[in-house]
Order: sequence, then C-alpha cells, then structure tokens
Amino acid sequence: MTSEEEPQPTERRTIEVKAISRVEGEGRLHLRVRGNVIEHVELNIYEPPRFFESFLRGRQIHEVPDITARICGICPVAYQMSSCHALEKALGINVSPEIRLLRRLLYCGEWIESHVLHIYLLHAPDFLGYESGISMAVDHREKVERGLELKKIGNDLLEVLGGRAIHPVNITVGGFYRAPSVRDLKALLPRLEWGLQAALETVHWVSKFEFPDFTWDYDLVSLHHEDEYPLNEGQVASSSGAMIPIEDYENHFQERHVEHSTALYSVKAPDNHFYLTGPLARLNNCHDKLSPICLKVFDQTGLTLPLRNNFQSIVARALEVVYAFDEAIRIVKAYQVEVVPSRTPFELRPGEGCHATEAPRGLLYHRYRIGEDHLIAEAKIVPPTSQNQGQIESDLRSYLPQLLSLESEEIAEKSEHLIRNYDPCISCATHFLKMTIDWNSDSAK
Amino acid sequence: MVNKTKLAVFKFASCDGCQLSLLDCEDELLSVADAVDIAYFLEARSRRVEGPYDVGLVEGSITTPGDVGRIQEVRRACKYLVTIGACATAGGIQALRNWANVDDFFRHVYAHPEFISTLNTSTPISDHVAVDFELRGCPISKHQLIELLTALVHHKKPTTPTHSVCVECKKRGTVCVAVAQGIACLGPLTQAGCGDLHTGRGAICPACNRECFGCFGPQDQVNGASLTKFYQQKGIPRQTLVQLTRNFSGYAPEFRQTSDSLEEQEESP
Ligand code: SF4
Ligand code: SF4
Repeated sequence: MTSEEEPQPTERRTIEVKAISRVEGEGRLHLRVRGNVIEHVELNIYEPPRFFESFLRGRQIHEVPDITARICGICPVAYQMSSCHALEKALGINVSPEIRLLRRLLYCGEWIESHVLHIYLLHAPDFLGYESGISMAVDHREKVERGLELKKIGNDLLEVLGGRAIHPVNITVGGFYRAPSVRDLKALLPRLEWGLQAALETVHWVSKFEFPDFTWDYDLVSLHHEDEYPLNEGQVASSSGAMIPIEDYENHFQERHVEHSTALYSVKAPDNHFYLTGPLARLNNCHDKLSPICLKVFDQTGLTLPLRNNFQSIVARALEVVYAFDEAIRIVKAYQVEVVPSRTPFELRPGEGCHATEAPRGLLYHRYRIGEDHLIAEAKIVPPTSQNQGQIESDLRSYLPQLLSLESEEIAEKSEHLIRNYDPCISCATHFLKMTIDWNSDSAK
Repeated sequence: MVNKTKLAVFKFASCDGCQLSLLDCEDELLSVADAVDIAYFLEARSRRVEGPYDVGLVEGSITTPGDVGRIQEVRRACKYLVTIGACATAGGIQALRNWANVDDFFRHVYAHPEFISTLNTSTPISDHVAVDFELRGCPISKHQLIELLTALVHHKKPTTPTHSVCVECKKRGTVCVAVAQGIACLGPLTQAGCGDLHTGRGAICPACNRECFGCFGPQDQVNGASLTKFYQQKGIPRQTLVQLTRNFSGYAPEFRQTSDSLEEQEESP
C-alpha cells in the first residue's frame, strides 16, 4: 500500500495483456498504475457477440438444447442441462428418477473433461513455470499423459451418453433420445475405477503447489442441495447467508453493461457487490455433501476449510474430479436396466420456466418463455464467467499492490495467472443478457 | 533437425469447440506436438511464435469490422489456410443474423448498443480470403483433423468424405429415421464425417434415434427442393423445414437456397 514516508514514484505505467492465453475465448487485460496507486483495472472481453438469446426467439422447443450447446465447446452439457430443466419447468414435465441419474452421470463426464483440461493443460503450468501443458510434458510426461487419459475418460462417458463429446446430440427436453445400453456403460467401469485413483493422485499433486499469498473474503455463490453435491439441482446459496429459490434468482442477481466489454457484469443485491461462483464456491458451500473418499483425500492435503485463496481453486477442481469419478462409478453400477421410456412424453403449451445448474465454471442460469404459438418467445442466459468477471477485476485490484515492485512484463504474467484461477470461459461470457439496469444510472463499480 | 511444420490456430466468432477438438486428441496430442511446431495457439499455450506459418487453422466466422482486417493478416501469414468447422466454413449458428434485423438483435441484448461494434452479417472465411481446405462439422471430427494434419506434414492432400450421411447410416446398420418413423432428417443432404469413420461409427444422430440437422453442411450434390417437397407431402410444416435447414451450417449456399425457397413458397398463392 502507499506509505507517506517513502517518496512516491509518480511515473505512470500501462500494462497490457493483449490476448489472454490458455482461456476459452478472447479477452485482454489493461492495467494502469501510477507509482503505487492502481488507477485502472479493466478486463476487456472482445470476443464478438453471437446473439444467442436473440435468435432463440421463434425456434422450436426441441431445438433449444442443440442451439445453446453451441455457446461453448468446453461446457456444452451445462447449457443443455440448464435449458432442458428450465423448459421442463415451463412445460410441467417431471422426469423419472432414472433419467435424473443419467443426467447426473452426463454432467460428471463434463466436469471430468473440463476440469482435467484446465488442471493439466491450462492451470498447472502456471505453478510449475511452463507456458503450456505441451512444454510441461517435456519434463513431466507421465503427469501430462495421466491428465490426457483422465480427460479422455470424461469424453468417452460423454460419448456413450451423448453420442458425441463436444456438442452432444442425444440430449433433449424430457430426457435422452436414446438411453445408453447397459453394456456400453458397464464397459466403462474399469477405466472409471482407474480414473478415480488417478484423480486422487491429482489432488495430492496439485495441493503441493506453491500458492501465492492471497486470500479474500469472497461472497461465494453456488447451488446447494439437501442430499447431494450440486450438479443439476438445488437452491442458490451464498456464503453471506442467503438461500434463494432459483425462481428468485433475478431478484437477487442483476447484470450491467459497461463500455469496455462485450460481456455483462453480474452483481448481487442488496448492495450490488461482486461475488464468486465455481469450484471454490461449491466446495466451501457444499463440502458436507462430498463423498467420504473426497473428504478423506482433502484431509490428507492438510488444507482446511474455508478455502479462500482462489489460487487453490485448482485443488477444489481436483477434488471435484474425484467426486465426479466416484459418483459416476456409483451411478454406472446402479444402472441395471435400460431406461424406458428414455424421454418423458409431454404436450406443448405456453409457459415460463427458469433453472440453474452447476457448470464446471459455476452457476449457469437460464429462463425461457414459451409463447402461444409454442415457440420460444424469450430467452435469458446468465453464464458463470459473466458472473465472475467483476470479481476477477476486484481480485486484481487487491492483488496488484503485491506485484508493483516487479517489471511490467512480470506483473502482466502474474495477473494472467490470477485470471486463470477462474478458468474463465470468455466464449460463454459474451452471449449476452437482456439488460434490466442501466450501468450509468447505478452505483455499482 | 528438419524444419517442423509450423502450425498456428486462429479464432474468430465461435465457441472454441473446433480448436478444442485438437486438445481432445488425447492419444495423439503429444505426438502431434512432437511432429509439428505449434507456434501459435492461444487456447493452449502462452508462447507465441511470430509468423509466417506453414499451416493456419482458422476457427470462427467474420462478424466484426476488425475481423475483416485481421483475416487478411492471417491469410498473409499462412502458407496453407484451413478452415475448421461450420462457423469458419459456413458462417456458423451466428449466421442466423443474416436473415434478421441485427438492430433488433442488439437492442434485445444490450442497454448500450453503441459500445459494441459488429457487422450485420456473419460470413465464412472464404468470403474474405482464399481458403486451401475446409474441414466440416460443428464441431469438426478429431479423426478428420488428425488425417488433415498428417496429410499436411507429408505434403499430401487430405482425404475427407464427400458422400451423404445416409451412406454412413447404411454402413452402421441404422434404420432410416425418415422412412421408418417419418422424422424429417437432413441426412440425404448432409456430408458424412460426424462419427468415427475408421471404426464404422458413422452418422451419430440417426443412431441416437433422431434426425440429422446438417451440422456437417451440404454434401457434394444436394437436391434440397426435392427432399423438402417429400417431407411436406408427409405433413411436416414448412416452417419446421425452414428452421431445420437454417442451423449450424444454414448459411452454406445449398442449405440457404433450400430454406429461402421454402420461405418464398408462402408468398406464392
Ligand atoms: S463450428 Fe460449431 S463447434 Fe466449431 S467453433 Fe463453431 S459453433 Fe463451435
Ligand atoms: S447433425 Fe448430422 S452431421 Fe451433425 S452430428 Fe448429427 S448426423 Fe452427424
């Protein structure tokens, strides 16, 4: 922080990360510092707008999960799950417990694939001093190979359930076009068992990284479910105490449009503060719902909850990979008979419904209105990264003072590391939200 | 050491799914990295080696004034330019704006449309610069991607199928969803490649008991008018067919023509 005694260098420095790497989508970072004063922090998302919410209007119900999947290649299942559940609420559909379990399994596949990609190829290199997983493989070949194999198992699970790993085609409102065969799912068991062990080793590996000293009193926001670790269902919980039914989400969380970004910023009422979603939020809010094997391995790391250093999100992510394998094994073992019917039949009708699920990067909210013509009349989508964006900037403002003695280039690099804690998915973040509040007329900063 | 093929991966408006396909080649990724120099690939590495590059893979469509200029630079920097996926090859799902009023799209989404600069259209890369090869799909098939990279390293022309999805259904033994269940399927118009052709797992949607919606784009010789007439005779509403063809590859000329002439039908008595 600034001190009175020392003469203040007043030289102004502009630090820019022109294209943030090892994230999904395109963003840049602009920092302006005068002496010890952080004048300006701006995470600028320049990913071009794609207008999903606009062109969903007028489309048929069954097209929605196919279209929303294309918002993001890394977490298409999250988009499919949030849209299916929201539309099912609008149409009054209750899916069978068997379909519910298969969807949970599908989500496990996505968590594995997405988390492992981030841990091994995108994030771990920051802690070990490499510019990528590819160059890390030169010295740590078995580690990277282990990561690739783990990721592949996640993708294979997605393929068996969804027909394809990126943009699965087998997902529909009411369930699945075709239930997986018992044989195909059971065939994955030995690899899932291997994956569970490799995931446990991953937790040990990443928990020994050296983490920068930076804890923050985040308002952690995630789903919370009475009986299980949240994937597809729950209420919106916040570490500041709120427990909000999903139907009330828009009364508590709102989006703002700022000049420097094509993505919108989310803030939480009543005082319009930024908040954190994602693995760290889920772990802190829902750790008592983790399976015994997760709790045991977490215990062995020597870390304790609450975990408030976002550089340790890599540990939370690794724990969730353990959970996903453990849960996947449980569901696959219980799958004895092919689900019939694989989708719940329904009648089209006008209505409105909203839902949130836990994408790998955090809470993903969708709301749809179905018109008299049975087509989509309105769509609203709030992706995790646009919810985290304000918090990312706020983290940078708090973290930068530690870095100011460094060369600009190093500051840029370390800032990029901090951004990567969030596993930001910028492609997602830029498919905008219908604005409810004007940035200029409000006091959010 | 022999000079390795210098590879660059560029992104325009897209979901990142096609470039992710490269990272999803779990079994081959490290050997690919050994065989070619991945010189520029923002999603995967922080190191950025300046051009010129031997091969540029381009994902995404052109939707902003800035991107119109950037694709020219990319073209100049690359000896071979290959588009990957429906966005880069046909404009992608975001090309739905090409049939709409973009001002409306804007106002629906933003409080301050003046902050954003975007074009009224989403267009494929080949509308702007010369393209040497196109990989179809939304997303591309990683098997085709490996085939492409292998061919390029060996200075051969890649081979990808140009026949229809229907052929793949027959090979896989999938019962035709159009004939057996009366589902409007775009398989007859769509290029094969979505499954793993090497293991015979072609055409994934009909195998999931649903229609093909054309994510690999039009195959070599399509007769959209005849197919959509057939579906209409079976009682499928015209608007359903317009939307079926206006999808991830909807702006590809053959699909565009099919959906446009369906739409014109209304105006004729
Ligand atoms: S073609 Fe499909 S998968 Fe590829 S970038 Fe575009 S939307 Fe994503
Ligand atoms: S839509 Fe057609 S081309 Fe695309 S995955 Fe399905 S069957 Fe294959």
